This record gives sequence, C-alpha cells and structure tokens, in this order.
Amino acid sequence: MTTAARSVGMDVDNSKTGLGRILAIAGYSILILVAIIQTVPFILTIANSFKCDPAITTRPAAFIPAPPFGVQCATQDESGNRVVLNADDQTEGITFNPSFNGYESILNSTGAANNLPRWLVNTLIYSVAVMIIRIILNSMAGYALARIKFPGNRIVFFIILGVLMIPGVVLLIPRFLMLNQLNLLNTYHGYVIVLAADAFGIMLMKQFFESIPKEIEEAAQVDGANRFIMFFRVILPMATPALTALAIFSFQGQWNNFMDALIIVGTDPEMFNLPMGLTVLTGSGQDIQFDLVLAGAVITTLPMAVIFFLFQRYFVEGSNYSGLAGQ
Amino acid sequence: MAEPAVKSVPTASAAAVTTQQSAKRQEIFAGLVFIAPAFVILFLFMILPLLVAGYFSLTDWNGRRPLNQEGAYEIVGLRNYEQLLIQGRRVDDFYNALKNTVYYVLGVVPTQTIIALVLAVIVNQKWMRWRGFFRTAYYFPSITSSIVVSMIFLFMFSNTGPVNGFLSSVFPSYKPVTWLANNDGVIHNFLGVLGITENSSTFLKDTEIFRISLWDWLSGPSVSLLTIMILAIWTTIGTMMVVYLSALQNIPAQVYEAAYVDGATAWQAFRKITVPLLAPTTFFVITLGLIGTFQVFDQIYVLRNDTTRETTMSVAYLVYDFAFGSLNDPRMDRATATAVTLFLIIFVATLIQRRITGGDQAK
Repeated sequence: MTTAARSVGMDVDNSKTGLGRILAIAGYSILILVAIIQTVPFILTIANSFKCDPAITTRPAAFIPAPPFGVQCATQDESGNRVVLNADDQTEGITFNPSFNGYESILNSTGAANNLPRWLVNTLIYSVAVMIIRIILNSMAGYALARIKFPGNRIVFFIILGVLMIPGVVLLIPRFLMLNQLNLLNTYHGYVIVLAADAFGIMLMKQFFESIPKEIEEAAQVDGANRFIMFFRVILPMATPALTALAIFSFQGQWNNFMDALIIVGTDPEMFNLPMGLTVLTGSGQDIQFDLVLAGAVITTLPMAVIFFLFQRYFVEGSNYSGLAGQ
Repeated sequence: MAEPAVKSVPTASAAAVTTQQSAKRQEIFAGLVFIAPAFVILFLFMILPLLVAGYFSLTDWNGRRPLNQEGAYEIVGLRNYEQLLIQGRRVDDFYNALKNTVYYVLGVVPTQTIIALVLAVIVNQKWMRWRGFFRTAYYFPSITSSIVVSMIFLFMFSNTGPVNGFLSSVFPSYKPVTWLANNDGVIHNFLGVLGITENSSTFLKDTEIFRISLWDWLSGPSVSLLTIMILAIWTTIGTMMVVYLSALQNIPAQVYEAAYVDGATAWQAFRKITVPLLAPTTFFVITLGLIGTFQVFDQIYVLRNDTTRETTMSVAYLVYDFAFGSLNDPRMDRATATAVTLFLIIFVATLIQRRITGGDQAK
C-alpha cells in the first residue's frame, strides 16, 4: 500500500550476498512457521466438524474428512436405540462423503442445553441493536467532546478516559445486582441498555471529529444551521469511515461477548448468545461431543470471518486505536 | 437605508449581545444534549457499579438475603479484605489464585510482546512478499470469539487431539501429555528432570508464606495453565504485530539510511534505532497485555475442569467463583472485595510498568 514510503526495521537489502540470502530464508521460515501455527487449528476445526465423533478421536489430524468416507455416524438397532458406529466401520468406502452429523444435530435441536438456532438469532439481535445505538450515542458524545464548548467538557472527557481503565471483572457482580433489582436480567433490552455506549467508541469518534476542518462547521453556521442540523446533516455524513469502523468493532465485540452475556442473560437458556450457548455445549468438560462443539464453533466464527475479509482494512487500522479499548 | 441603520445602532448591538448570549446558551444546551445519553449509560453501568462493588466489599452481605429487607447486611469495614489477604479461611484461595495469575501474566506478556515485535520487523523488511497474507493469518485468531478459540484448544489439546497426535508421530518416544487435566507445575517438572524434588530442600519445603510453601510458590504454572497461556499468546500476537507494524512504518527511512552511511550494522540499527523509537508502542502493547492478562477469565471458564480447579484458578475467576460458584453459599461481600483488590493490583502493575518502560514519554 505504501511501499515507497515504507521504512525498514532491521533491513539487510543486500539479498545478493550470502548473508542477506540466509537472513531472507530465515525470515521467511519464521513467518511461514508462525502462519502454520496460526491457521492449522482453524483448518483442523473445519475439517473435523465434518467428521463423526469417533473419527475425530481416532484421526483428528486428517485434514480432509478422509479416509473415513462414506460415513454414517450411527445406526439404529432393532429396538430403535441410537448405536454409534466405531471408527473402523466409519472408514468403509472411499468416496468423499463428509458427515454433517454435527451440523444437523446442532441446527435441529431446540432443547435448553442445545438451542443454537435461537442463540444465533439472539446474538444477531444483541449485536445489531447495540451497534445501532452505539453509532448514535457514541458519535453524539464524541462530537460534543471534540467541538462543543459546554461547562464540564474537560471533566467529562477525563471521566470517560478513566472509564476505559475499569476492568470488566469488577463490574460483574454489581451489574448483576443492579439488573436483578431492576428486573432486567435475561431480557433483550437489559442487555442492550447496559452496553448502549462505550468509552472506546466515544474516544474513537472524538478523535475523528477533531480531524474535520472547523471551516466546514463555520460555513454551516453562517448558513444558519444550529448544532443539531449541522451534526446530522453535515458532519455525520462526512464521518462514514469512522462510523464504519465503530460499527464493525461494536458488532464484533458483541458477537464475541461472553462475560457480559454470562451476567446479563446467562441464567435463561432462551436468552443466551452464541458464546454463552457454546459453553453449555461443552458441558462439564467430560465426554465432549466434538462433532457438535466444532460445528458450533464454525457456525459462530463464519459470520465474523466474512465481515473480517470484507472489511479487513478497518480491523487493521482499528487495532491501532484499540489501545484505548483495553478489551 | 443608511438612516434607519444609524438609528438602530444601539438596539442592534443590544440585540447582538442577546443573540450572542442566546447562541452561547444554545451551544451549552446542545453540548449537554449530545453528551448526556452516552454519559448517563456510562455512569449507570460503568462508574456506579464500581462504587457499588466498593460499597458491598465493606459489608457482610452474602447475596441471598433480599437487599430491601431490614438488616440484610451490616457494614463490617475492611473485614473482608482482612479475611482475604491477611488471615481467614479464604487466604489460601486468594494467594493460590494470585500465584497462578502472576505466572500467567509474567509468562504471557513478555512472550507475546517479543514475538509480535520480531514478526513485525520481519514482515516489514523491504524484500518481504505476501505481507497481506501473513498479516491476515496472524490477525485472524484475534477476531474470533474467546470462547470459540478456547473450544478449538479444547479439541487441539485433548488427549487424542492433533497436538498429541503430531508430537507422537514426530517423536516416537513421546508419551501423550494430558494437557488439560494436568496439575504438575512446569518449573517443578523441569527441576524434577534435574533431580530436584520437594524433599531436596527442607528450607523450600517448610518455609511457608501465606500458607503456601516456598516450594509450591516456585511451582510455575501447571501444564494446564501453560496450555491456556499458549492460547493467550496465540490469540494476541496478531493484534500486537499489527500495532508494531504500523509504528515501524512511521519511522522515516532516512533515519536508517543515515545510520548505514555512518557504518552501522543491521543489528546496531535495530538496537539503537528501532527499539528506542518503538518505546511508546512497546509501552502501549505491554499496558494492553497487562490489563488483559490480569483479568483472564473466559478461557479459564471453558478450559478448567474439576481436576485442575486449583491450578487454573485466576483472581478474576475467583471473583466469579465466590459470587456464583456455589449456589448454597454465595459470598457477594467476599467476591466484591476480591474484585476491588484485583482492580488495585492492575492499577499498581500499570504504574510500576510505566516506571520500568519509561512510559512517561509515551503518548
């Protein structure tokens, strides 16, 4: 992107010499090794989500759901009980025929301990609602801090900066107690109102609004626009890049949010989000049904992966701000 | 037009003053309207809870007696802190969790910072190709839910999982390790290889600090906690590498050219230019790492089990465990006291870190 302006850390630009070549080979080796370590777990997760449980145990490192092809994970015996086939029986046949057992059983279930379709919808509701409200509240607050002189502007700024440093763990219990008193536990609006604004988003927007030339506002002011018209008609449309970043961070944060979900909606399986629901799927850690768990992991990750590949630029630029975020 | 204009001068300026005043009033009004909704939310759900936590940590409220009932709790001053930190039946729990957390922080933060820096420097080399690919590959784990990542590790490190499978195919003599149900201290294991055991030194065995023997303090993280540390490093290096990378790209190339003209070697340039110029970034990355690792919770929630209850217990998890771990005996007083203590520990740790890494010059 900025190859011309790129500066170099420990550059050895004599790749024709022996030493330079050795360093280059060493550099690529390190990067490739780390890239393998970072990606293989995801690849294996996807691969194993298409296997039957016994095959996951016996051949976990096989990248393609093969050779255990043509798999039927289980049959029914004469009295109609489910009999799981052992791994050797699953390896019969040689055609590529992945098992959808994990996906089928996770997407068709509606029990309290396994209600992924419902959790998926819940997560979507939580994430979108929080995202929309945060876009409005954070950008308004960010604008006020950046541009409007009101008494207490500086104090409010420092308070919000301080809020960034509050560790989430400290808030667990008091939030639970407060929401309990207000009868907001295990409700959609309870979840959304607690997370309706965040200090990181406010700071992100403030920083952006400070970069807009003042002349634009002065011109609007001459035209007789008051702050409200100016903000919604002139400033906000200019803020699309920052708002996109804010929307993505907010959506990602809520899609993956476990700790808040545990406290706010963690006692009613009907209200779980995906991360909360997934922890129920693994159960007590004994006899984990890996086909189910890995299918759940893939379903949970897929939407974020799509968003990531579409908006990668914002993620990468945003992590430079994320120093503010803390989490 | 001229005459009425002259006549109206006094009124006009008076009007100007009032419009100025009303404009100022309007501005204040606008400011308050813009800031209020977000501020109220932050106050109610971030600041107030902090105060509530502080308050209940000074009471003896167990969490079961209804709050609106007369005499639901009493103010007991610092008694909860005393029972947690100095003497009481929870001292063991607290210092055990603190020990685990400190090992976790000391293991994860430096490692992830150094790996991220090294990766960023390599990716930033002029001759490097496929930058985008490497950046994406490294970054991806950090956009994934901590719960999903923990589940992936649950699978990867299970007894019959790919990690053990890989290790036994590479090293035929490898005996599969039960990664996630293993309480052996890593340092203890290492000392064991050298022939040093608990009975080697009566001093280490018999000296107790906060009811944990010196030998046990020196256990290192358990193998299970080590697995969780690997997970944390694996997840975070991508983010930190991206932060380092953009800082590296802000160092003007001329600085290096000048150094090379003066005969500096690549290593000298790295030591004397890159590292010092990256100091603010390093400060920032370490602060982020400290705040994050001291609060480790999600990963432990998924990866702990009854076997590793003790050795994977972090301070943050202890807060949750006191409050919700036992339905029969919830202790909100003790839990909030632990939470406030953790808050103070993080605060002090960042202050110390600021001193050491010279963060005063940082942005």
